[in-house]
Amino acid sequence: MSADCDVAVIGAGPAGMAAAEEASAHGLRVVLLDEQPEPGGQIYRNISTNTHSGAPINDILGPDYRKGATLARRFVMACEDGRIDYRRDATVWQVDRDLTVHLSQAGGVADIHARRLIVATGAMERPVPVPGWTLPGVMAAGAAQIMLKAAQAVPDGPVAVAGAGPLLLLIARQLVDAGATVAAVLETTRASDYLAALPKLPAALRAHGYLRKGVAMRRRLRKARVPFYSGVRRLSVAGSDRAEAVRFEHRGAAREIAAATVLLHQGVVPNVQITRQLGCEHVWDEAQRCWRPALDDWCNTSLEGVAVAGDGGGIAGAEAAALAGRIAGLEAAHRLGRLSVDDRALKAAPLRRELAGHRAIRPLLDALFRPPREILDPPDAATVVCRCEEVTAGAIRDAVALGATGPNQMKAYLRCGMGPCQGRLCGLTVSEIIAAARGKPVAETGYYRIRPPIKPVTLGELAGIDA
Amino acid sequence: MFRRLHDDARAIVTLDLDGAPIAAREGDTVAAAMLAAGAGHTRTTPVGGRPRLPYCMMGVCFDCLMEIDGAPNRQACMVRVRDGMKLRRQPGARDVAE
Repeated sequence: MSADCDVAVIGAGPAGMAAAEEASAHGLRVVLLDEQPEPGGQIYRNISTNTHSGAPINDILGPDYRKGATLARRFVMACEDGRIDYRRDATVWQVDRDLTVHLSQAGGVADIHARRLIVATGAMERPVPVPGWTLPGVMAAGAAQIMLKAAQAVPDGPVAVAGAGPLLLLIARQLVDAGATVAAVLETTRASDYLAALPKLPAALRAHGYLRKGVAMRRRLRKARVPFYSGVRRLSVAGSDRAEAVRFEHRGAAREIAAATVLLHQGVVPNVQITRQLGCEHVWDEAQRCWRPALDDWCNTSLEGVAVAGDGGGIAGAEAAALAGRIAGLEAAHRLGRLSVDDRALKAAPLRRELAGHRAIRPLLDALFRPPREILDPPDAATVVCRCEEVTAGAIRDAVALGATGPNQMKAYLRCGMGPCQGRLCGLTVSEIIAAARGKPVAETGYYRIRPPIKPVTLGELAGIDA
Repeated sequence: MFRRLHDDARAIVTLDLDGAPIAAREGDTVAAAMLAAGAGHTRTTPVGGRPRLPYCMMGVCFDCLMEIDGAPNRQACMVRVRDGMKLRRQPGARDVAE
């Protein structure tokens, strides 16, 4: 098959933009496919529009968000110069092992055959299955941040922000600055987590910028007199047809706080839908408690020609993602004969040094913000795990008792993971529950097999293929 | 559900939600418009008939599935609003789209 381009990049977040720019700088023909109408991914969502408008929203979102503007500007310039064929509003619904990418765009379908593929689909928020998390008004914390970046809107009425991780505090701070009523920040992080994280602190000092930001966010929230609860347990959301209150245990006492919006967060995990669908080898990351594609030092997966750059290959954050994108771009240039081994090493060396600096903070964050057992393996039998097919934790444990041994068999028992989200919101939890119930490691329990189409495509669009 | 910041200067567009008008801003996704209009729910679930609103806003949770301009099962968080767009909340089980 003749190639339509040298490199196809999927995703226009920091990793995808940097990878496309780097590859194109070495004379490769690059196509970048992205689901959004403008580049930036989720982390820098709407960056061009917001920067251009100069609206106060930029101040609320802060300097880390504004950092994306430079990267986006360089990417857009490369597109305007014709160095990158940027296809916006393009949804990839299947990738073949011969590196044919199937996409839908503007109501029709198309396919692109590439000589190399760089998957830069980033991260998604870890599912937080607590009782009541399916109620309207309960959202992933990142969803509220997207509302801020892309819709200039904040939750109306009292908001509870619950969970763990750097993004939790950042979003609480942004909501306060945007004038929302943050009724409480509920941290599941416990004193024991701080103790466990302590040995990681000296190495993390290399990335002291991140530590300073954490301290500043806490100070800002304290100054705004946002009630702060640490070491929260048994989190749940109460309400009949929508969220009305958040319930939890704090220092042994049951508490309830009224909230119309409850924002849940337990860190982010790689979005592995495409690499799973492709059949790339994945490994269980015990520290980050998630699956990631197995990668070599040059971002290559186990499948020839397929690379992963950025958080889709393991969580390290936006700035690390852009650096990994450049390394993947260099590797593409090398493999396609545009860059010698020596030049590849020479150009990658400073990127690797910078990357190591950003990664220095991770062991501390991973230890400190490790999701609590009750989030990974929900103890309450009635808690919905698969939101699409409404399968509970209890039903999954019952199926294990009946003999189900893994996530793919569980599909046949309960249909979990077979709804429209295709396991994105239940896969990690189902594997954790099965592993715990059978007394086996998650790594051995495995994950859902992901089959195309990985995004909805209509029969009408498909029928149009030959039209 | 959500309210706009005071300085949001984008043009207003009008959408039709199950026969009633709702206001949105140019550049919004349908899901954002639903949240900002306080629209209650985007769909009900096929198994329990329970109401849902968007959970992730970034294309992974599929709780925002709606019928948009006659096409069912669209991810409302991935579709931009257009003046006069016809939205329907999606009740219960999904149909096969043509």
